[in-house]
Amino acid sequence: MKTSKPLGRQRSNFRKYKALYFITIPGILYFIIFKYLPLMGSVMAFQDYNIFKGFTGSPWVGLDQFRRMFTYTEFLRILENTVLIGLYDILIAFPVPIILALLLNELRKVLFKRILQTIVYLPHFLSWVIIGGIMIGILSPTTGIVNQMLNAIGIKSIYFLGEDSYIRSILVGTGIWKDSGWGTIIYLAALASVNPELYEAARMDGANRWRQTLSITIPAILPTITIMFLLHIGNFLDFGFERVFVFVNSLNEHKGDILDTYIYRVGLIDQQYSYTTAIGLFKSLVGLMLIMIGNTLSKKTSGEGLY
Amino acid sequence: MNIKGRWFDWFNTIFLTLVGCIMVFPLLHVLAKSFSSSKAINAGLVKVIPVDWTFVNYKVILADTSIWRAFLISVIITVGGTAINLIMTASLAYPLSRPEYSLRKVVLIFILITMIFQAPLIPNYLVIKNLHMLDTLWALVIPSAISAYNLFIMRSFFVALPAELIDSARIDGASEMRTMWSVILPLSKPVMATMGLFYAVSHWNSYSTALYFINSRTLYPLQLRLREIVLSNDLGQAESLLDGVNEVSPAGVQMAVIIVSVLPIIIVYPFLQKYFIKGMLVGSIKT
Repeated sequence: MKTSKPLGRQRSNFRKYKALYFITIPGILYFIIFKYLPLMGSVMAFQDYNIFKGFTGSPWVGLDQFRRMFTYTEFLRILENTVLIGLYDILIAFPVPIILALLLNELRKVLFKRILQTIVYLPHFLSWVIIGGIMIGILSPTTGIVNQMLNAIGIKSIYFLGEDSYIRSILVGTGIWKDSGWGTIIYLAALASVNPELYEAARMDGANRWRQTLSITIPAILPTITIMFLLHIGNFLDFGFERVFVFVNSLNEHKGDILDTYIYRVGLIDQQYSYTTAIGLFKSLVGLMLIMIGNTLSKKTSGEGLY
Repeated sequence: MNIKGRWFDWFNTIFLTLVGCIMVFPLLHVLAKSFSSSKAINAGLVKVIPVDWTFVNYKVILADTSIWRAFLISVIITVGGTAINLIMTASLAYPLSRPEYSLRKVVLIFILITMIFQAPLIPNYLVIKNLHMLDTLWALVIPSAISAYNLFIMRSFFVALPAELIDSARIDGASEMRTMWSVILPLSKPVMATMGLFYAVSHWNSYSTALYFINSRTLYPLQLRLREIVLSNDLGQAESLLDGVNEVSPAGVQMAVIIVSVLPIIIVYPFLQKYFIKGMLVGSIKT
C-alpha cells in the first residue's frame, strides 16, 4: 500500500467505527449552521450593512462602528451598567450555590435533605416573566407584602422598581433566589462522588468535620468550582437578556439597562444592524479574553482548566 | 459526636429551613392571591393563605382563548423541542466519549469555541431569516437544538461509564449502534432525564427567542402572552380579560395565570426528580 501508515490506520478506524462517525454528522452540521455561520456573518460589524445589498454589496467601513460605540455616552453608560451588574453577580451570586451545597451535604437526616433539595430547586423552574410578575407584586408600593412589612415597623413605602437605586440589587437578588438552589446540583454531584473512605481515614486521624471539609471536601469539588467559574467569567457581559428585560422600565433603565437589552432595542427594533453587531462582537471578545486569562491563571495555580 | 458538631447541626438545620422558607414563600403568596377575592388583595390581607376563597380568577383565564392557544404552542415547542434536543445531544455526546472516535479532540475544540465565542444577535437573526424560519415555530426549536454545556455534561457521564461494558458488548458481537441503544442508553436514564428536564424547562420558560423571531400573535408561546398580561405596567392587558366580569382584580388574575403556567412543570418535576436525585447520589449509596 502506498499510503503512509498512520493515514492507513486512520482509514481503517473510519471504516471500523463508521456508525460512530455517522451519527455525529447532524450535530456537527448544527454547530456549523447555527454557530459558525453567524460568527462569519459577524463581519458585518466592519461594514455599513444594508439588508438589501447583503454582505457582498455593503460598503466596508473598517473600525468605524467600534469608534462610534466608544464615542456614544449612552453606550458607555450601558457598558458600565453591564460590567457592574456582572461583577456583583460574580462576587455575590457565584459563591452561594457552593456554600449551599456544602451545608446541604452536612445534613444527616436524609428525608429532610431531600425535601429541602426539592424546595430549593423549585424557583429555577419559573420563567423570568413569572419571577418578574411575582417580584413586581411583592415589591409593589401599595399592595406588596414587603412594603406592608416596612409600614408595620414605621418605614414609608418604597417604590422599588420606580427608581434606579434598587434595580441592580433586585436583578442580582432575584438571580440568587432563582438559580442558587439549582446551582447546587452540580456541586452535590461532585460531593457525592467523593470516596467515603477518605472521610473514614480522616476521622481515624482525629480530624473533625470542619477539618474534613477543608482537607477533603473542598479539594474534591475544587475542579468543579474552577470549571464553573471559568464558564461564568466567559459569560461575564452576558448577564441575561430575559432577566433584565422583565425588570427594566423607563424609570430604572438608567442603571438597569445592559448591553443585551440595548442590542435588542437598537439592533432588532431600530435595525441598526452593523452597529449592534459591533457591540455584540466586542462583548464576545471581552468574554474570550477573560476566559483565556482565567484559564491560564487557573492552569498555573491549580492545574485545572477548560482546555 | 462532640458538642461543637451538634451545635453546627442545629445551626445548619435552622439556617437551611430558613432558606427553604424564603424559596417557597413567594410561591405560596402567589398561590394564595390567585384564590383570593379582589377586596382581600387590594386591602393587603393575603399572605400565604387565601382570604375570601374564590375561583373567579381562574374562570377569567379559562374563558380566554388566546391563553389556551399560547399554552398549546408552548406544549408543542417543549415536547417536540426536547425530543430533538435529546436525540441531537446524545448522538454527538456518545461518540465524543469514545477513545475510538479519532476526531474527538478536534470536535471538542470546535464545540468549545462556540461556547466561549458566541455570535451577536443580529447575524443569528439573519441566518434564521435566510433559512426562512422567521415567524415559524421552527425558529424556537432548531436554533437551540444542542446546548454545548449540556453536551459536555452528558459526555462526561458517558466517559464515566466503565469501558468494559462496551468491550463485552463488542465481544458478544453487538454493532456500535446496538451497543449504544441496548447498553449505554438504558444506563443513561439519570442523565437523559436530567438533560431532558434542563431542555424542557428552557423551552417552556423562554420568551426572548419568540420575542426576536415571532411576529404573529397567533404563534405566541405562553411566556410571551404572559408577559403582556403580567408585566404590562398599566394593567391594560389584564383588564382586557376582565370585560364584563365584576369583583375581579387584575392582580388576582395575574397571579392565577402565573400558577397555570407553572403547573405543568410542577406536575412533571417530581417524576423526573427521582432520576436526578438518583443520578447525583450514585456515588454515595455505598456508605
